[in-house]
Amino acid sequence: MRKLEKMKVIESVKRLCLDANFTLNGNILKKISSFKHTEESPIGKKILSQIEENSSIANTEKKPLCQDTGLVVVFLEMGKVIVDFDIYDAINEGVRRAYKEGYLRNSTLKHPLNRENTGDNTPAVVHTKLINADHIKITVAPKGGGSENMSRLKMLTPAEGYQGVKDFVLETVTIAEGKTCPPIIVGVGIGGNFEKSAILAKEALMRDIDDSSNDEIAKKLEKELLTEINNIGIGPMGFGGSTTALAVKVNTYPCHIAALPVAVNLQCHSARHKSVIL
Amino acid sequence: MKILTPLTQDQLKSLKAGDLVYITGTIYTARDAAHKKMVDMINNNQPLPIPIKDSIIYYVGPTPAKPNEPIGSCGPTTSYRMDPFLEPLLKLGLRGSIGKGARSENIKELLNKYNSVYFQAIGGTAAYLSKFVKSSKLIAFPELQSEAIRELTVEDFPVFVTYDIYGNDLIKDEINKYKK
Ligand code: SF4
Repeated sequence: MRKLEKMKVIESVKRLCLDANFTLNGNILKKISSFKHTEESPIGKKILSQIEENSSIANTEKKPLCQDTGLVVVFLEMGKVIVDFDIYDAINEGVRRAYKEGYLRNSTLKHPLNRENTGDNTPAVVHTKLINADHIKITVAPKGGGSENMSRLKMLTPAEGYQGVKDFVLETVTIAEGKTCPPIIVGVGIGGNFEKSAILAKEALMRDIDDSSNDEIAKKLEKELLTEINNIGIGPMGFGGSTTALAVKVNTYPCHIAALPVAVNLQCHSARHKSVIL
Repeated sequence: MKILTPLTQDQLKSLKAGDLVYITGTIYTARDAAHKKMVDMINNNQPLPIPIKDSIIYYVGPTPAKPNEPIGSCGPTTSYRMDPFLEPLLKLGLRGSIGKGARSENIKELLNKYNSVYFQAIGGTAAYLSKFVKSSKLIAFPELQSEAIRELTVEDFPVFVTYDIYGNDLIKDEINKYKK
C-alpha cells in the first residue's frame, strides 16, 4: 500500500482553501450568466452583473469573493493508503496556513457560547468516509454564516410524504428571503435519520451544478422545486426577481418505517468548493 | 444619486426606497460583537468610541487588508442580527445603516420615528465593494479583529435605499411584483 505524505495533505488543503475563496467554479458562473438573460427584474439583472464582476476581480486580484471566508468544511474520502500521522492535524495546518497567508478572515470561535475567536480559522469540520479506492479525495468547502444560519431540518411524518417535503423546502427558502445571498443552491437531504439527513443535504451541495439526480423521484423533485422556488419572487439578493435559486439538489437515503427526515442546507451564490485527489 | 456624509435632514428626506445611492465620505463599521459593546457602554453612561450623530454604520467584518491595500474584501453581513441594538443608536442620532436582508417588523417604525434610513449593499460582492473604500482606520475594540470598529473613507460606495424614512419597503414591494 502507498504511504500518504503529510506535507502533501497540508499543501493541498491550503491550496484548496485559497482557490475556493478566490475563484468561483466556471460552471457556477455560467449558470449565473444564463440566469441573467432570463431575469425579469432590472435591479436583479444589475445584481447578477455585479456578482459576475466581483468574481472577476476576486479571481484576478486573488482577493476573497466574500468577506465571510467561512467555517471550513472538509469531506475526506479515504481509500487504501497508509497514514502514519494525524490527518486531522494536517488538514487544520493547511487551513491555518491558507487563512494566514491568503489574508482570509478568521470566522471560527473556540466555544459557541463564550464567542472567543480561535485566531486561525481552525478547526475545520471534517466528514470522513472510507472508500474502496487507492487514493484519497479531499473536498474543501468554506461555508459562510448567512446561508448556513437559514438552513433547517424537520422530522416529517411519513404521511406528509412528497408534498410535505416540497412544502418544507419552499417554506425554508421563503423564510430565508435575501438573508442567504440569493441566487442560492438548495441542498435537500431526505431520509436516513436526524443527522444523516443533514449530511445528505450538505453533500448534495457538493454535486456538479449542472447534474441531476439518478433517482427518478429525486430528479422530479429537483425540477419542480427549482421552478416553484423561482416563482416565489425573492430574486437576486432578495431584491425581487425571477432568479432565486440556480439549482436544487436532492440526495436521499433509506430510512425507518416511522420516519421522514428532511434537511435543507442553503448555499449562497458564493458557492465555494474545490476537490483534489491524492 | 450621490450623497455625502454626514447625512443632512434634506438628504434623508430625498431618499426613497429603491434609489441606488452612491455614498462618499466617512462611514463606520460595526457588527454583532461591537454592537453589544456599544450598547453596554450606552447603558453604563460611558462615551462611545465613534460619533453616532448623523453617521452611517456599515454592518461588515472585512477580511484582513493585504500590505498595499486599504482594506480586504468587505461586503455586508445580515442586518437582522443587529436589530436588538438599533434603537439605542437611533436615539443618539444614527442616520443610516448598511447591511443585507430584510429586518424585523418593528424596524421600519423605528426608522420612521427617529428619521433614519436602511441601505443594502449587494451581499457576497465583497471584492467589488472594496474598490470604493479609499482608507480604513482602526478606531476601537482591536481585540474583536474583523469585528472591530473601523472608520472607512468611501467614494461612491453603491447601496440601495431599502427602508426610507416614510416607511416604504423596497424588499416587500419588489418581491410582490415578481411573485407568481
Ligand atoms: S451568505 Fe455567502 S455570499 Fe452572503 S455574505 Fe455569507 S458567505 Fe458571503
